[in-house]
Amino acid sequence: MDASFLIGLLLASPLIGFFINGPRFRSKNAVLAGSIATTAAGISFLCAVTLFVKLVGLPAEERSLEALFFTWIPVGSLKVQAGFVVDQISAIMILIISGVGTLIHLFSIGYMSHDERPAKYFSYLNLFLFNMLILVLGDNLLMTFVGWEGVGLCSYLLIGFWFTDSEKAAAGMKAFITNRIGDAGFLIGLFILFLTFGTLDYSELAAMVPQVAESAWTGPITLACLFLFIGATGKSAQIPLYVWLPDAMAGPTPVSALIHAATMVTAGVYLIVRMSALFMVAPHAMEVVAWTGALTAFFAATIGMTQWDIKKILAYSTVSQLGFMFIAVGVGAFHAAMFHLMTHAFFKALMFLGSGSVIHAMHEEQDVRKMGGLAKIMPITHITFVFGWLAIIGMPPFAGFFSKDEILAYAFFSPQGNLGVWLLGVVAAVCTAFYMTRLMALTFWGKARYGSDTHPHESPLTMTIPLMVLGFLSVVGGWIGIPHVIGSVLPGHPENYFLEWLEPMIHNAHLGHPSVLMEWGLMGLAVGLAGIAAYFAYDFYILHKDRPEKIAKSMGPVHPIVENKYYVDEGYFAFVINPLIEGSKALWLYVDVNFIDKMTYVAADLSKGLSEFVKTLQNGKTQQYALYMTLGIVVVLTYALMGS
Amino acid sequence: MFLSILVFSPLVLALIVGLVPKSWIRPTALILSILHFGFSLLLFQHFDPATANLQLVEQSPWIPTLGIQYFLGVDGISFWLVILSTFLVPFTILASWTSITERIRFFHINLFFLSTAMLGTFLAMDAILFYVFFEASLIPMYFMIGIWGGARKLYATLKFFIYTMFGSLLMLLAIIGLIFMAQEQLGNLSASVLDFYKLSVPFVAGQFLSTQTLMFFAFCLAFAIKVPMFPVHTWLPDAHVEAPTPGSVILAAVMLKMGTYGFLRFVLPIFPEAAQYYAWLFLLLAVVGIVYGALVAMVQTDVKKLVAYSSVSHMGYVMLGLFAFNIYGTTGGLYQMLNHGISTGALFILVGMIYERTHSREIKSYGGLAKVAPWYTIAFLIVTFSSIAVPLTNGFIGEFLILLGGFQAHKILGGVAVLGVVLGAAYMLWMVKRVFFGTEGALVAKYKDQGLDINFREVVILVPFILLIFWMGLFPNHFLSYSKASLDHFVNNMSNYELKVGP
Repeated sequence: MDASFLIGLLLASPLIGFFINGPRFRSKNAVLAGSIATTAAGISFLCAVTLFVKLVGLPAEERSLEALFFTWIPVGSLKVQAGFVVDQISAIMILIISGVGTLIHLFSIGYMSHDERPAKYFSYLNLFLFNMLILVLGDNLLMTFVGWEGVGLCSYLLIGFWFTDSEKAAAGMKAFITNRIGDAGFLIGLFILFLTFGTLDYSELAAMVPQVAESAWTGPITLACLFLFIGATGKSAQIPLYVWLPDAMAGPTPVSALIHAATMVTAGVYLIVRMSALFMVAPHAMEVVAWTGALTAFFAATIGMTQWDIKKILAYSTVSQLGFMFIAVGVGAFHAAMFHLMTHAFFKALMFLGSGSVIHAMHEEQDVRKMGGLAKIMPITHITFVFGWLAIIGMPPFAGFFSKDEILAYAFFSPQGNLGVWLLGVVAAVCTAFYMTRLMALTFWGKARYGSDTHPHESPLTMTIPLMVLGFLSVVGGWIGIPHVIGSVLPGHPENYFLEWLEPMIHNAHLGHPSVLMEWGLMGLAVGLAGIAAYFAYDFYILHKDRPEKIAKSMGPVHPIVENKYYVDEGYFAFVINPLIEGSKALWLYVDVNFIDKMTYVAADLSKGLSEFVKTLQNGKTQQYALYMTLGIVVVLTYALMGS
Repeated sequence: MFLSILVFSPLVLALIVGLVPKSWIRPTALILSILHFGFSLLLFQHFDPATANLQLVEQSPWIPTLGIQYFLGVDGISFWLVILSTFLVPFTILASWTSITERIRFFHINLFFLSTAMLGTFLAMDAILFYVFFEASLIPMYFMIGIWGGARKLYATLKFFIYTMFGSLLMLLAIIGLIFMAQEQLGNLSASVLDFYKLSVPFVAGQFLSTQTLMFFAFCLAFAIKVPMFPVHTWLPDAHVEAPTPGSVILAAVMLKMGTYGFLRFVLPIFPEAAQYYAWLFLLLAVVGIVYGALVAMVQTDVKKLVAYSSVSHMGYVMLGLFAFNIYGTTGGLYQMLNHGISTGALFILVGMIYERTHSREIKSYGGLAKVAPWYTIAFLIVTFSSIAVPLTNGFIGEFLILLGGFQAHKILGGVAVLGVVLGAAYMLWMVKRVFFGTEGALVAKYKDQGLDINFREVVILVPFILLIFWMGLFPNHFLSYSKASLDHFVNNMSNYELKVGP
């Protein structure tokens, strides 16, 4: 089968699924709707695998399969193609999106079985998949933008899926509008690039990038990169636009797993990796990216330690992990960002689905204080969750260990990296180990704290199979990117296949070669600190349950501030949203109603005599109106004639 | 004869509607308007998209002593506006099917008169002829609001009339001036727009009282009021709120385009120096309009007023595109005129549909409408997405091109205009949230048993709009290719624009 056909089918399949399930949105048959949608996603996955195999068969430099469908916008020198390309970067993305996507579709069949509108849910999920695939496959910035806004739209629809709840509808709206701020940045970045290079095509852009790095903050490439990064902070929930993601947990939990953990939120990272050639010559922009990532990683991790809602903890954890990915791209380790993007997609989707399994079993309870002791009742959910937990806190040989370790190592010794970024990253990793262990302890271990009217049970197979697959991937997913220093001492000497795969496509910085000793040292330090943090969390929440409260008290005002998420939402309301609304009311009242209109009245008064006269003419007889109309024209013309 | 038939046949149709038995009025008017739309589609056969020339020209002396002619012609700039005008009439008839209950006969006669005036405005190539059509369109609209309007209709009609009449009077003076200038420069009096293009109107940079600047502003005022541009927009919200649904649809979808069309056809090519010299002012007002319209739309309590203010914002985009003086802005501006016709037209129709059932447009008395009227909600959301320019809808193509052109023309103002995309999403989605989502509002609870969802007639109205939204968003070139030659010619000859007559 030729590549165009495969790419076409890959994209069309979920779209067809959307069109089948969409019109029958009233259907309550979750199994039927879910089967249709899962099949659609599965077909996409098969296409992605086939394309990947094809790609592997090609020589490393020629690994690119294209499909040009039609010219979308041809205006002036702008020629935007509906063109899609599978290369080393997008191949990884489509495998993750369609693979994890299919599992989550499958999981949803069980999860949404009691819902009022499963067909509508599955149609949205398919539509999301379609847009996400457009985003990563587009061969030019504008095509990516199409998917970029498209996934935002689906996210809006799915967060507000249970729209009769006003808060959930508001969360959807907040997500869309916050993302739109980022999108505005994306557009400006895109404009600057088009006006500088005259093209939006990724391959043409990469070829035109100058060799010399831009030193000025106001250089076109630096500015373009910074504006594109604003777009990334919106979609990938970084400071200052991360506020929508925790609220986005209002959507069904599988949505949180797919959109708000594994795929959509990584779009910002994908974008920067895609534009690596540009970012590499914009060191100032890179600096901003690295610091933003580091601060977000740290900041979100501290909030994660204080939350009680299982999904909120995972949400802040996602924000934090995305921060790690931005650290990676910011220090020029683009492959490490992609690697963490992939492993994170496995273990975070796993944990969100696991939390979905728990919430489902607990009759929609999300507060970890009302859980506990679920390990025995839900063994599969527990075991797979353990894999996810060990992966995210970076225990070898689980997937997250390799990817996170690589990021921290590069933050330390890459020429673009620096001690501050590294330190924030390490502290964030320590916090991560703490809050994830806390989550495990409160949810699965210890004694049950729920009422006797709650009867948790293990979830059905459609839900546990995805958990098992993702659990497996959370263990082995990192083994394709084993760093040289470890690979060299392992039997068979596995290489860093992931890096090799991506190398022709990305423009990694000259990352330098740290000494073997230092690399082992950093690794040991990270694992050791994470282990200690995990032990403390276990101690606090299982062994000495009175300690957390004591410590929180001893911290004075710090703890409530963190627990209340640093009052950022409140700040946005007080300083941005409310002034905007009040200001707009004032504009309307004082400018429109009281100024411009008053001026009009003055003008009207001048012609009052005329208008009184006009009123007497309004007697409703058609013939007379027609007469006046003719008369008017004649008068005007006569007036014109007399002027001559 | 094709264009003359196109323009004046609605008068004959009006006559037919005037004669049929009362119960036949609506079906007759509907069928005739569809036939008229079908007839206008013959343009595709006659029109050659490959040339920028003025086509299907009809020219004969009218008042020869003054050089005034009966002069019609079509090019890529007016092509789609003509189609848009004929396309909308059947839908306004369908949309008024049950909501207009008084003086049905006069309503439809009025609508056909309006149709002639609109088509004449877009096709007249003699300035006086244009002026006559331009002004004549006010009269049926005046009746539309004055007879079938809401509670404050008298206030609204007067405001609408005074504003627009006042604006165009100065333009008439400028037109007369140009006619005499033709005598001086070309040797004979002429009101032909094509002759106006040949004139070199004296321009002194920086001097407000120079001929070109004065004439430029005289034209600008007339068209800016029509668009409407900030700060002469305040007639629009009142006119919309009081107008019946068909009035609002025509007003927003076609009549506002007369203003932007006027800029494209008259202001920019006849006064190129002044237009470029004062471009900053219009870019500024356009961007202020975008932001101001959006902000004020956000705090409206009446859905229709919100949509009216959103028009101020959207038309600001069009103006930004036109004054960007590049191919992206101009193309985007023209495309956005059509988009606004489709999406805002559809929004007014949608608002009218629910108003007919609940007799209220107060946002806060709604809530939870999505649950009881899912199909209506789907239609409303799709049109909303078009309005806020989500990619793959028509709105995106226009807005994207305008913003690209605007950014190229002026980095700061263009950048601020991009922020409009955030505000656009904010005011629309906030309204959607309050009307459609959340718990059941008082009105929804009261009327839900009577059926709030759309009926078959309304589905028939909405489906073509929705199809167009996606068609224009997915394949913009199907539409743009008809305007491309004209727009390229326009942009490439900005400072010495001329238009030839030819096939």
